[in-house]
Amino acid sequence: MSDGRDRKERIDRGIKVRSDGLYAVSSLREMLYLSGPRILLIAGLLLLPLLLDPFPYWKRVVNILCVYALLAIAFDFLANCVGLVCLGGSMFIGLGGYFAAVFNVHLHLPIYLSIPAAALAGAVIATLLILPCLSLRGVYFAIVTLMYPLLFTRVIEAFDLLGGSNGITGLDSFPGTNLENYSILLILLAVLFGLRRVLNDDIGLVMHAVKDNDQSVRASGIDVVGIKALAVFIASFIGCLGGAYLAHVYMWAGLSLFALDFSIIPIAAVTIGGGGVLFGAVVGCLILVPLSEFLRFFGTFRIVLYCTVLTAFIVLKSEGLMPYCTRKYEQFERWADA
Amino acid sequence: MSILSVEGLGKTFGGLKALSGVSFSVKKGEILGVIGPNGSGKTTLINCITGFVRPDEGKVLFKGADITHWRAHRIARVGVARTFQVMRPFYSLPAYKNLIIPLWSPRARKDGGWRGGGKHGDRDTVAIDILEEIGFERDSRVPYKLASTLPTGYLKRLELARCLALRPEVIFCDEVFSGLSASEVASMLPLIEKLKMGGITLVLIEHRLRELFKVADRIMALQFGEKIAEGHYKDVIEDPRVKEAYLGIEEV
Amino acid sequence: MEILLFGVINSVTLSLTALGFTLVYGISRLPNFAHGALYVTSGYIVWLCVNTLGLNYVLGIVVGIVATAIIGALMYRLIILRIRGMQISEIIATYAIGLAIIEGLRWGGLRGSTFTLPSFLAGSFEIGGIAVDYQRLFVLGSGVVVFAALGLFVKYTKTGLALKAIAQDERAAMMLGIDSDRKALVSFALGSGLSAFAAVLILPLGSIVVETGYNVLIYSIAVSIIGGLGSWGGAIVASFIIGFAQILTEVFLSTQYQMVISLLAIIVTLLLKPSGIFGKQKELDDRV
Repeated sequence: MSDGRDRKERIDRGIKVRSDGLYAVSSLREMLYLSGPRILLIAGLLLLPLLLDPFPYWKRVVNILCVYALLAIAFDFLANCVGLVCLGGSMFIGLGGYFAAVFNVHLHLPIYLSIPAAALAGAVIATLLILPCLSLRGVYFAIVTLMYPLLFTRVIEAFDLLGGSNGITGLDSFPGTNLENYSILLILLAVLFGLRRVLNDDIGLVMHAVKDNDQSVRASGIDVVGIKALAVFIASFIGCLGGAYLAHVYMWAGLSLFALDFSIIPIAAVTIGGGGVLFGAVVGCLILVPLSEFLRFFGTFRIVLYCTVLTAFIVLKSEGLMPYCTRKYEQFERWADA
Repeated sequence: MSILSVEGLGKTFGGLKALSGVSFSVKKGEILGVIGPNGSGKTTLINCITGFVRPDEGKVLFKGADITHWRAHRIARVGVARTFQVMRPFYSLPAYKNLIIPLWSPRARKDGGWRGGGKHGDRDTVAIDILEEIGFERDSRVPYKLASTLPTGYLKRLELARCLALRPEVIFCDEVFSGLSASEVASMLPLIEKLKMGGITLVLIEHRLRELFKVADRIMALQFGEKIAEGHYKDVIEDPRVKEAYLGIEEV
Repeated sequence: MEILLFGVINSVTLSLTALGFTLVYGISRLPNFAHGALYVTSGYIVWLCVNTLGLNYVLGIVVGIVATAIIGALMYRLIILRIRGMQISEIIATYAIGLAIIEGLRWGGLRGSTFTLPSFLAGSFEIGGIAVDYQRLFVLGSGVVVFAALGLFVKYTKTGLALKAIAQDERAAMMLGIDSDRKALVSFALGSGLSAFAAVLILPLGSIVVETGYNVLIYSIAVSIIGGLGSWGGAIVASFIIGFAQILTEVFLSTQYQMVISLLAIIVTLLLKPSGIFGKQKELDDRV
């Protein structure tokens, strides 16, 4: 036989030997162990604008990063918690952006009203548009959401609606860059933790059950279409919020809000960061969005790159970075005798 | 007083008449057994009554109200629950979390029967209570295991438990005994009796006739989507048409 | 008369493009979102063969079709086979591959009208005062031929029957000794080959632009949803509906409405009969 040491042993850390979410925290160290990563994330995100103060360009990147993170969270929520794959995230950005432009420019709503109003209106419209395919299972949702952004672009272009290919200009900008930074960061954190709360609640369980087995959910007296519509509404609200914000940052709403990047980067981020845990989406964006800024020079080649990385991740490491790191964080590994 | 009555229910799939003109009614607190060879339309009957398939013709009355073309979740909400022949638990959830879904439904919430008004913890306790009632050992790890790791016997019970969590008035059981060992069936029978004592009306679709005849008050036999006999089990198995359906035509 | 003629031609074109998508979905339940990308790729390959390698046009077409079929097969073997059964991953992966191909071609400079394929048959003739070029007529004829050939293939060859068996019930087919993975591979290659075939027929009517990839994908999807996902007969009927609707809007309204019409058709279909015109109404399966 061998000289021992030929099997890697994995042991869960003591604190994780828990029974159904109940565990005793007995020392400061354990508290730190549990809340450390969370604090790191929150503090990191909040400090980011301060750290990047000398680089105004990168401060803007942080804003865009947050918008992408919102979209990625929405995608992750729909795909891995309810089982609906949304291939057209840019639809949400576009709807939110155009609504914000209409509210702000045409109806003269102030910025702090136009963003939430646009998010709400966009979410309502998106849910109504998607509603017909919600009673169907499988690929219909993916197909229909894939079509909408392309159709919106064509329709706006063809009929010269809403400023046609020039878009709507003259939106109010944020009063200051710090406000601009922190408003989206706070929105992101609120969405992140709020959505996690929803998912950990019983309604989250019901949504999970819809993904697992919708027939049984119906037999349990719950309207599956209603639950799905609610989920779509939540997701599109989050997405439209990002879109409305973005329109105000750019002070412009145009066809590029329906750009492919808004559809594919969130998907790639979720795949890389790991699905099912909302933090994975944020982590994925933290990696991808700065990368995409560096690759700005390459134009559409970036999309090729995302898609390649995305496919590679799906095939080779389908769990994603975040669950992988969580696993490593919660386990000891050591060599043991076989 | 019949709690649920079906009048002339019919359903055609393509050219195949899966059900035609089936009528019957169930009294409150009764156990009705439905038998018939494979493909005789038993499962289609359940699907049509509980709204999972739209019937082409006929009516379903529940406590006098016409529920024929209601959607499945609405029918479940008025108190007509069903199990699936091919078990459909939520495999990715622990057994007791499976029951949170029916407990979350408007019926379970509004009924006020369960203490859980909406608090997270309460529903969990109720779920464990129901599981214990249905034969999961409370103190073991079984109720906390993932449904995908449970053996068939427990999954069948879980199906029933999911119905019970709705506090239904009528339960349609699609072959709850199939795939179970003799001893497992033997432990299921008292459970069925207990449900009956609790005032729940049961419609059992079964292939295991011996066990079914022990609990059922009345038997209905189906063949080729039509009702061929109804009554006490002794009369039903003596019926020439039922014999023919099960044994084939005797050649004289 | 004009409407009728161009309606038929347009419809056949549509059904040719959608055929590959419907075929793959019908057999292996895989939504191939890379369909449009394969369509453009094959056109580009043919162009490369003819203009860069200086091959004979017919040879170039053969190479294009075969190469696309091989790309499809490789795509299945290397990527999709590993994630079979995880529907979310399947959708994302094919979508990502499709995007990568299309955007890669765009980056590679496939823009503008420099990339054109010559038509096989130049010239045109008149029917009742309407000029129709031979190429369109050729598309019409070969479309009919392809449909007939495919029907015969499925009905009378062993592979075809196996494909049909898998389409109906994969598990039962496997029990009968049909290697469902290999047959899915065949269906993927076949579907890709068909989209390539459609591309070489239709692309000579215009120039090769990457946007075609998205358009083809959208129209294929529209056609298959309206006809019922996976139903070939439905796809053909649906392409006639959309085809004529497009021509009618073009004549009576304007070309801009074409896209809107197909969108409306999809939404109406989903509202009225979600499984499509000829979709098998598997109520317990597809409908929630």
